[in-house]
Amino acid sequence: MFKDQTAIVGIGQTSFAKSLPGSELELACQAIQLALDDAGLKPSDVDALGSFTMEHTPEFEVARNVGLGELHYFCQSPWGGGAGCGAVGQVAVALAAGVANVGVVWRSRKRGARSTRVWAGVQERITDHWKWSRPSGLVRPADECAMFTQRYMHEYGVTREQLAHVALAQREYAHKNPLAFMQSRSLTHQQYMDARMIADPLCLFDNCLETDGAIALVMVRADRAKDLRQRPAFIHAFSQGLNRQHQVNTDWHGENPLRSSSCVTAANLWRQADCGPNDVDVAQFYDAFSPLVWFSLEAYGFCEPGTAAQFVAEGGTRLGGRLPVNTSGGSLSEVYLHGLNLIVEAVRQVRGTSTAQVPDVDYSLVTACDSTPNGALLLRRK
Amino acid sequence: MIDTIPLPFTADPIDAPFWEATLRSQLVVQQCAGCQAHRFPPRPMCPQCQSLDHRWRPLSGDATVWSYTKPQPPLLPAFELLLPYVVVLAQVAEDPHIRIIGHLMSKDGGITGVDEAGLKIGAKLRVAFRQHASDVSIPGWVLVD
Repeated sequence: MFKDQTAIVGIGQTSFAKSLPGSELELACQAIQLALDDAGLKPSDVDALGSFTMEHTPEFEVARNVGLGELHYFCQSPWGGGAGCGAVGQVAVALAAGVANVGVVWRSRKRGARSTRVWAGVQERITDHWKWSRPSGLVRPADECAMFTQRYMHEYGVTREQLAHVALAQREYAHKNPLAFMQSRSLTHQQYMDARMIADPLCLFDNCLETDGAIALVMVRADRAKDLRQRPAFIHAFSQGLNRQHQVNTDWHGENPLRSSSCVTAANLWRQADCGPNDVDVAQFYDAFSPLVWFSLEAYGFCEPGTAAQFVAEGGTRLGGRLPVNTSGGSLSEVYLHGLNLIVEAVRQVRGTSTAQVPDVDYSLVTACDSTPNGALLLRRK
Repeated sequence: MIDTIPLPFTADPIDAPFWEATLRSQLVVQQCAGCQAHRFPPRPMCPQCQSLDHRWRPLSGDATVWSYTKPQPPLLPAFELLLPYVVVLAQVAEDPHIRIIGHLMSKDGGITGVDEAGLKIGAKLRVAFRQHASDVSIPGWVLVD
């Protein structure tokens, strides 16, 4: 069995900024070294690596720079924001199976500059599935998310006034987090309502930050975790998810486009877990765009369909609410590192070291992007 | 960043007949020869019955708005020149599960500053085509009174 057999035992991150000196490789090495120091492990202990297919620092460069041991397992997880939990989960499965012993997952990214945005690299002729939407001016992930959001708001009669509360709640968490990019920047409901639109109904504050930084995580099997420096965050359950008829980011060709791949991930996560949504103490939902928080609250069973907007607007995701969400400020207000920032915060909540600590966390959930093939991890203090 | 509107590669045998039909101002979707299920975007195999055989079914061009959005800067330069524009996700009349993206177009084929009166989810649409290159027209959608 996979349940509770592995744990995240080290976390490391560089500073986060609009523009950092140093290459992505240099930032990756720094984050990995910090994560290993945090765990109390040596670089030579590492024999497994997991990363993103979108990661630009190859495993051999990372290994020969950081001075890792001889590697026995290395994998990559696909689709950007959907990849983080998958990368961690795949390495954890390999550790639990005994293929390797100490795993590292990292993401290093310099995308503060506009020219580095993925959509800005669109070519003159499109060969993949985006040929069916990008020629019509629907180019960025924000545009694609806006399509679902417009439909959702129409079906359930919800408003931008309510959507504002996703960004406002997360900004409040960022104010408590000295490492958050937006720690000292206030945001009012009026500022949100007056903000320039990016893709109607999404405004500037519904979009994640564009930042430079790197994050790394260290994992071992549970027996070894108990002897290390930090309180382990045991991986209680893991799943990836891909809907029938799924099409990445433009998943509107199935029967019900509002039923995302998150529903697939959630069902398989709860099937494995000793608990259900009611037992989860804190959650980090992938938030490249604020409506993804609504969609994830519903897909993972915390809210009935159509009720997440009210849940958030009434404070359900704030500290003291039924389910505190994205407690570091998340990708909207802390840093955007393709969701590894959220996994690190899920670990901090298990350790008891978040700057917005939820009392007595037993189960800590973290998910990947709702609108792509995705994944989730349910962490446990035990 | 490219200066032109990004266009589809049209020489892929799987979807070439779709693009050829657009040059005749016709909207077509695949229909499985085995189970008659429609599929869009075009794919080699039917997910219902695993048949590789299909025909191309012409659609009426009638549809309704499933959703829409209005992208704002920063955009690709070619799209910034077209602002303001609306992108519509249209649900075709023949099959509620077939949804096709396109610009909202005026009756005279324009994309920029199209009159949005009547634009709402469920509003009736009719297909139109705008030729961008010798091998490709892109379907768009006109609001029907």
